Amino acid sequence: MSMVLNDDANMLKDAARGFLGKSAPVSQLRKLRDDGSEDGFDRQTWAAMAEMGWTGVLVPEAHGGVDMGYVAAGVIAEEMGRTLTASPYLSTAVMGATALSRFGSDAQKSEWLPKLAAGEAVTAVAVDEGRKHNPARVGVTAERSGNGFRLNGRKGFVAEGHVADMLIVSARTAGGEADAEGITLFLVPRNAAGVSVERADMVDSRNSASVTLENVDVTADAVLGEVDGGLKPLEAVLDAGRAGLAAEMSGSAQQCLETTADYLKERKQFGQIIGTFQALQHRAAHLYSEVELGKSIVLKALQTLDAAPEHAAMMVCAAKAKLGQVAQLAAREAIQMHGGIGMTDEFDIGFYIKRIRVAEALYGDANYHADKFARMRKY
Amino acid sequence: MPDLDAFRAEVRDWLDANCPEEMRQPMESEADIVWGGKKFNFTEPQKLWLDRMAAKGWTVPEWPVEYGGAGLSKPEAKVLREEMQRIKARTPLQSFGIWMLGPALLKYGTHEQKLEHLPPIARGEIRWAQGYSEPNAGSDLASLMTKCEDKGDHYLVNGQKVWTSYADRADWIFVLVRTDFDAPKHLGISFILVDMDQPGVSTRPIKLISGRSPFCETFFDDARAEKHNLVGELNRGWDVAKYLLTHEREMIGGMGSGAMRPMGDIAVQQIGLDESGRLADPMLRTDIARAEIDGLAFMATMERVADEAKAGQGTGANSSMLKYYGTEFNKRRLELMMDSAGSEALEWGADDDVARNWLRTKGNSIEGGTSEVQLNIIAKRILELPSA
Ligand SMILES: Cc1cc2nc3c(=O)[nH]c(=O)nc-3n(C[C@H](O)[C@H](O)[C@H](O)COP(=O)(O)OP(=O)(O)OC[C@H]3O[C@@H](n4cnc5c(N)ncnc54)[C@H](O)[C@@H]3O)c2cc1C
Repeated sequence: MSMVLNDDANMLKDAARGFLGKSAPVSQLRKLRDDGSEDGFDRQTWAAMAEMGWTGVLVPEAHGGVDMGYVAAGVIAEEMGRTLTASPYLSTAVMGATALSRFGSDAQKSEWLPKLAAGEAVTAVAVDEGRKHNPARVGVTAERSGNGFRLNGRKGFVAEGHVADMLIVSARTAGGEADAEGITLFLVPRNAAGVSVERADMVDSRNSASVTLENVDVTADAVLGEVDGGLKPLEAVLDAGRAGLAAEMSGSAQQCLETTADYLKERKQFGQIIGTFQALQHRAAHLYSEVELGKSIVLKALQTLDAAPEHAAMMVCAAKAKLGQVAQLAAREAIQMHGGIGMTDEFDIGFYIKRIRVAEALYGDANYHADKFARMRKY
Repeated sequence: MPDLDAFRAEVRDWLDANCPEEMRQPMESEADIVWGGKKFNFTEPQKLWLDRMAAKGWTVPEWPVEYGGAGLSKPEAKVLREEMQRIKARTPLQSFGIWMLGPALLKYGTHEQKLEHLPPIARGEIRWAQGYSEPNAGSDLASLMTKCEDKGDHYLVNGQKVWTSYADRADWIFVLVRTDFDAPKHLGISFILVDMDQPGVSTRPIKLISGRSPFCETFFDDARAEKHNLVGELNRGWDVAKYLLTHEREMIGGMGSGAMRPMGDIAVQQIGLDESGRLADPMLRTDIARAEIDGLAFMATMERVADEAKAGQGTGANSSMLKYYGTEFNKRRLELMMDSAGSEALEWGADDDVARNWLRTKGNSIEGGTSEVQLNIIAKRILELPSA
């Protein structure tokens, strides 16, 4: 497959850049933070995204979506990474839509997908329980009760948890806490009895929450995929999210690089434009190379998700690992080459380094994915 | 697309029938590379494979048929590459002629020059050397001083080149010479083709830290060059030289990522796994994993840059990025292979042992323009940072 975007994807990219630059630039995130916004995202912007079809980018047409695939979904995420636009796009349009369209029953699809596509429902994936990502370690229990299940336990680092209408929760139906088998995915309405969600105040000013489940009763219809066989679909949903995050980080890294290159052409010291200093030229040029590698592996991962989702794990793993490293380098170098001004809250770079830190940690950091990569490669 | 599918089926059948079994094994080292030329010692399967591929025009698939290629379109050439990769077929022939001189001649040569020089390159009959660097013209290549005088019906070349890779095994050499000593330095250079089989051209191998002697000093003492072998316009050789360099850089940049055995596999074989199934050296395992990930990202980048070029997008200066990253990566790869091989790698062994390869890779970020020079180009041409 050619590693250049086709016309549709290019048009989408231009449209996304135009819209986000005008309607949801970094200043929007700053304002959400400064105003202490309860939602943590702008509902009007979200509605506009739905209108443009972004919320339905992975939803089949039969369910009201535009079904453009992962490359398109990634193009949008990448542009959002440039502007740091806060929205439940990844948790809903990428991960929620992947979960339901690929693993949902007909009834689950008909109930949720049209709402996701219309931007009327937000989903959140509740997976981690400890401070480090580990989807196979599941302490939340789901015991059979009546013709359904009763859930108990606690999840943390749940992106968009407090604004979600529906939570996708991994729980243990069999086996010990670290077993790969015996995990089941449940669709749990956010307002179900026994569910309490507490928003966390995050470094990146974005949404994350902890979710406590206390005797939450769900019917058997709430099971997504197979009982005891939840890790595979969970990994697929996570991979969609990881690829989306990698695309987002790629956008953020590109923005950091471009902002820095512009500053190097502007700022003067010692009577010279600082961009004439070879020490800085070489750092910027090295960063450019890393950012280019990041772009390529992200595109490769997205293309693989479209072409053969069941074989995409390795590329997605590589992409998440690489972008974790590249985007952090970009943010660090951006601050250093801006000097003192890069350290000020007034300047936007700080928002980037903070968001990149969170995106890096979410669904496995670069270390996690390098280790996973080695395991997949059998060493 | 149906056409491509038919082509793919045809290629697949032909490769299945014609690629010798020995040529489907991964290359163990640089010693397995087929360079061609009058002095090259082919193994039987190498020669068979080369001749069969050359007869199809598939050693240089995108070159026009009349010049020894197969006139394949880019998508067709990609199909051929993919099908060769599928059966792990080795590249039948690699050479400076294919990578460097060919593209330059195709762009700047006359029809007669192409007819004379390209088919022997495609068939692996003539091996070319690159006469660019001089003792006092390295990174600052345009300050070169090798002199070329017009003697009416021919040219006379005098001077010295250095670091000329494989000059002692080459048949012909493309040389950058000064044809105008008064003009600004970039505007007095010409690009000329010289037959090395003459008394006026001599070479002296230089021994490297790897113990090998892959490059030479090359001396021109009243060497004769034919008039019709001047490529491009007189005094405009710098354009040809630069164009050729972009091809050289992409080639060098891609060296460490091709059909090599994956690092993880080699390390497992050498070090083994612990009880948990992980490489028994945990720190090395981490480094290898990160490097393999970077390797994947780099290969994807080579692919993307090539696809963008086909689509008329992107910047030609990206060849500097590929050269910089690919060579630094290759150095890193061989450091890890040394770590993995441990003390056994520290004995001088066969000509293709890991220690020699490790040492050889140190030159990757020097040859074809150093890493620092590539970073300068990226800063200037891509990031558009001002010069001092
Ligand atoms: C293995 C190998 C094979 C080669 N094969 C060939 C061949 O076939 N034909 C051929 O013609 N040549 C060949 N070369 C020569 C090669 O092109 C030169 O070595 C190279 O261009 C560097 O020139 P130099 O060695 O004179 O180093 P110098 O230019 O003297 O560089 C010394 C150091 O200074 C740095 N430097 C120089 N200028 C700058 C600058 N402006 N900014 C920052 N740093 C700078 C360099 O990066 C380097 O670190 C080969 C070299 C090697 C190592």
